[in-house]
Amino acid sequence: MTDATIMPHSQRGEGSFGDYVALLKPRVMSLVVFTAMVGLFAAPGALHPFEAFCAVLFIATGAGASGALNMWWDADIDVVMKRTAGRPIPSGRVAPDEALALGLGLSGLSVVMLGLAANWAAAGLLAFTIFFYAVVYSMWLKRSTPQNIVIGGAAGAFPPMIGWVAATGSVSLEAVLMFALIFMWTPPHFWALALFMKSDYEDAGVPMLTVTHGRKSTRRHIWVYTLLVAALAVGMGATSIGGPLYLLVAVVLNLLFIKGAWDILRRDEDSAQADGYATEKRFFFLSLVYLFLHFGAIWAETLLKPVGLGGW
Amino acid sequence: MAIRVGHELHKRRKGRNIGVGLVLVAFVVIVFGLTVVKVTNGDPMQGFDHVTRPEMQPAEAAQ
Repeated sequence: MTDATIMPHSQRGEGSFGDYVALLKPRVMSLVVFTAMVGLFAAPGALHPFEAFCAVLFIATGAGASGALNMWWDADIDVVMKRTAGRPIPSGRVAPDEALALGLGLSGLSVVMLGLAANWAAAGLLAFTIFFYAVVYSMWLKRSTPQNIVIGGAAGAFPPMIGWVAATGSVSLEAVLMFALIFMWTPPHFWALALFMKSDYEDAGVPMLTVTHGRKSTRRHIWVYTLLVAALAVGMGATSIGGPLYLLVAVVLNLLFIKGAWDILRRDEDSAQADGYATEKRFFFLSLVYLFLHFGAIWAETLLKPVGLGGW
Repeated sequence: MAIRVGHELHKRRKGRNIGVGLVLVAFVVIVFGLTVVKVTNGDPMQGFDHVTRPEMQPAEAAQ
């Protein structure tokens, strides 16, 4: 990878503060913050509020660091894809070396600080998550297999588990279930995106399922994974992090999610192109609401427990 | 009267420097706050590694 092909010399290393913040993928960080908070507050352990704040902050910082490392490694394909061409490195506002230094520096800082604020089990899990996203997903899986986001989805699934471990010091079934929910949700979410981003991944040579197996197969995959995540999400309602409210939210959302996946399965490319991939876009945005509300319901159950209304 | 030519680049650098400065101040506040919480949390511990030492418990609590 050479930076000479990506940016004009005159602009190198003169990004604004916002460009460096953009390297940390703030939108992904917001999801990490939310799910880590839910994991932390749903856990039976008790951290001092300031320790909990610091734990969530450093989990988010670690996620941001892995985002910067991902942008450093993927700068050559980001410049090809319309969705990512405006990122700080491909647009020439930040030098690749700076992104690498920021990513490595914040990785070390976030792991050490999480260890000091909470415990070293959580810190170890955060270090593994950064390694998994930057090395296993970005450097290895992303460009080599159509299962890239299936396995790579684990990186995004770790934050609630890290939050749980920060509060309790160990992994339990509930933490694994929260991990599994995000893990199983990731493929239909990204494959819906791949369907309506059309040629972006193909142009960049990324072997997304749409490129290697075709769109019809991708629609079938979305359907199967949606059924799997729906069974898991509703089943979680019977565990100690679930409750009547969670179950109600899960049943409604999963019926909508299954309906969306069914609509995607039944469509062919001609009808999808005719309406500008409206169904796929709707499913993608529903998937964002889906995850937010599931974790919101888990949090609500936790908040209701002290007044005798949460849980079973 | 001195004439200074402003450039967009200088504005960007200034913004970056202020941003980094604020982040560093926030980090100092966080480390200080964490230290206060850890030390005043009530658990006997040695300051350098925040690990609880049972041998530091008062005699009646240790029994």
